[in-house]
Amino acid sequence: MTLLEPARGDRLVHRINPVAKIAASAAIAAALLLTIDPVSASTALVLELLLVPFAGVPWRSLMLRVSPLLVAAPLTGVTIALYGPVSGEVYGGFLLATISEGSLALALSAVLRVLAIGLPAVLLIATVDSTDLADGLAQTWRLPARFVLGGLAGLRLVGLLADDWRSLVMARRARGVADVGGVLGRVRFFSGVAFALLVLAVRRAGTLSTAMEARGFGGANQRTWAREAHFGTAEWAITAIGVAIAVLATVAAITLGTWNFIGAR
Amino acid sequence: MRTSAPAGVRIDVRGWGWRHASRRAFAVRDIDLVIEPGERVLLLGASGAGKSTLLHGMAGLLGGGDEGEEVGEILLDGQASALARDRVGLVLQDPETQAVLARVGDDVAFGMENLGVPPAEIARSVRPALDAVGLDVPLDRSTSALSGGQKQRLALAGVLAMQPGLLLLDEPTASLDPTGVIEMRDAVTRTLGERTLVIIEHRVSTWWPVVSRVVVLGPDGVLADGDPDEVLSAHRERLDAAGIWLPTPQHDGSKASIAHAGRALLTGTALGVGRGPDPVAVDIDFALHEGRALAVTGPNGAGKSTLALTAAGLIAARGGELTAEPALRGALCAVPRRWRSRDLLTRIGTVFQSPEHQFLTATVRNELELGPRALRLEQGEVARIADQLLERLGLAHLERAHPFSLSGGEKRRLSVATVLATSPSVLVLDEPTFGQDARTWRELVALLREQLAEGRSILAVTHDREVVDSLCDDELVLTRARDVNR
Repeated sequence: MTLLEPARGDRLVHRINPVAKIAASAAIAAALLLTIDPVSASTALVLELLLVPFAGVPWRSLMLRVSPLLVAAPLTGVTIALYGPVSGEVYGGFLLATISEGSLALALSAVLRVLAIGLPAVLLIATVDSTDLADGLAQTWRLPARFVLGGLAGLRLVGLLADDWRSLVMARRARGVADVGGVLGRVRFFSGVAFALLVLAVRRAGTLSTAMEARGFGGANQRTWAREAHFGTAEWAITAIGVAIAVLATVAAITLGTWNFIGAR
Repeated sequence: MRTSAPAGVRIDVRGWGWRHASRRAFAVRDIDLVIEPGERVLLLGASGAGKSTLLHGMAGLLGGGDEGEEVGEILLDGQASALARDRVGLVLQDPETQAVLARVGDDVAFGMENLGVPPAEIARSVRPALDAVGLDVPLDRSTSALSGGQKQRLALAGVLAMQPGLLLLDEPTASLDPTGVIEMRDAVTRTLGERTLVIIEHRVSTWWPVVSRVVVLGPDGVLADGDPDEVLSAHRERLDAAGIWLPTPQHDGSKASIAHAGRALLTGTALGVGRGPDPVAVDIDFALHEGRALAVTGPNGAGKSTLALTAAGLIAARGGELTAEPALRGALCAVPRRWRSRDLLTRIGTVFQSPEHQFLTATVRNELELGPRALRLEQGEVARIADQLLERLGLAHLERAHPFSLSGGEKRRLSVATVLATSPSVLVLDEPTFGQDARTWRELVALLREQLAEGRSILAVTHDREVVDSLCDDELVLTRARDVNR
């Protein structure tokens, strides 16, 4: 599960409070979601690419994490190019699909947008350890401890689900009920396994919550945190970088006259 | 440690009983018991006597009216146990679900955080708590990378750091290999101090030297209570009849299997086994013969369960060969992995490490009838097989219960019974005697011996020395590959 494992290291970027990273990505995403034009997205993307070497993510790991984006972005583009609103010169069409000047421009904007919003999210989240994130969410953003720690503890059990699935399939084979023929048989078989997996997961969650309660979780005491989540210069700096990219992208688009409020379309 | 070891808690159990919401009968009732501060109590009782329920009651973890019905009360130093949770440390049986957080240091800190201990004090207490249980690993080590024994000691460190006056241990060593058992027991003994201790453990000899008092639970409350050796000498026969494990060997030394082995059924040649592409154990040679039993032993993580799954035709070999001999395979091919699921039923039966993976129906009876039905036996025969097994394994009164609602020992017996129901020629059993009391243990071993006498063959993965001694003809010891290479 390499994608679930955070990229570790001892540089400053690895130690920054995860909520600051979320704030930075959110600032960029918000600015780019307000408008749909090629200038704002490409400005943001260029600035982000300049920062990639400082993100603390090794190249191999980076490529692996970005790969879903590289698949999703062109697919978005093709879909919009074929089915987007028609305007300007029409280049061709087939059934419901029409490629026009307008749909091509929109497709380009969308592709750049997916990349510009996705890249910082992937880069910043790559160095987030789930425990640090929980510390940040609960202490900096004051989300309820019950919710944050429950989620964190549950996340640890996700890895066990794959093992459970294999065991359940094996057990069905051993018990003589795994000879299934045809698509329908397979669907029924695997939906049976999926249901059993759900039951197991719920039961395990029950056991885990007992173990947590047994250690005083959810009691009357005011909870403390062994590691204090700080929000200092580095956190403000990374948030500021995110805001700066957002502002620059917007200013560039307005200056060149391409900024258009998405709700106005 | 933050302060010197805390004073022990006094436990007052008054006419206490508990009925799970899904059951009609009380799991445990009419318990009257006083445990003085600093006493070290071993809680005994037959499989299904309600020992765990009582312990959870003491820990104040049974929950409210929608979980079940409570009568009487349990007081810790005069306070209802549900309100005194911060005075209690509980360690459970399953090493997998006890670590809450991903890193060792965070996990030890978790309990202290919940109690509101200031961060500076937590920072000072984590390392000493780990040292006290002899767990010498870095604080940022992943909790899932620990061995079973290490996980249990981590759980102990986590509760000790909370400075509880009462330590409750629910079969803390049941899933551990013999080395892990001793490490865990020594860690408990070393750190106990003035605390009150209540422990449930089927294999009493491990804890006999540690405890100062034995309490035996029966169906109608406390059956016997007092100094360990006095209880033993005064009530030996009653305890024996009730299925309580006593600190003496169980087997009579005789072996059931026929003097010379029958035909070979299944052989492994230079076998490599693994769940992923890389083998966890290699170069394993073994042969299963009619009427003989092979024990597979070794430390946690040596690949015993993986070998069992490979031998059972459920996962592919990672090198070498697993061959089904003509006496087993009949007209089928020699590789069990390629057989149809139904062909396995009468040839190789498997009891999984975790019974919950292999239950497929909503009642105990349906569970037993599933295999015979898949073989398309007629209804009368199906019912006869189920009746017989229900009776033999003491599950008859539970035939309509949901398999998941059974106690740990009952689940294990049911999983063995489901396999016996289709009379396979080879039985692959992963820890078949887990969680059994002395009586169900003897019944289970007797039943397995009958299988051998009828010419079947057994491969048993086990930590249970007495199973090896009383049932098995050969022993295959696996070692951890890491240990060998080091």
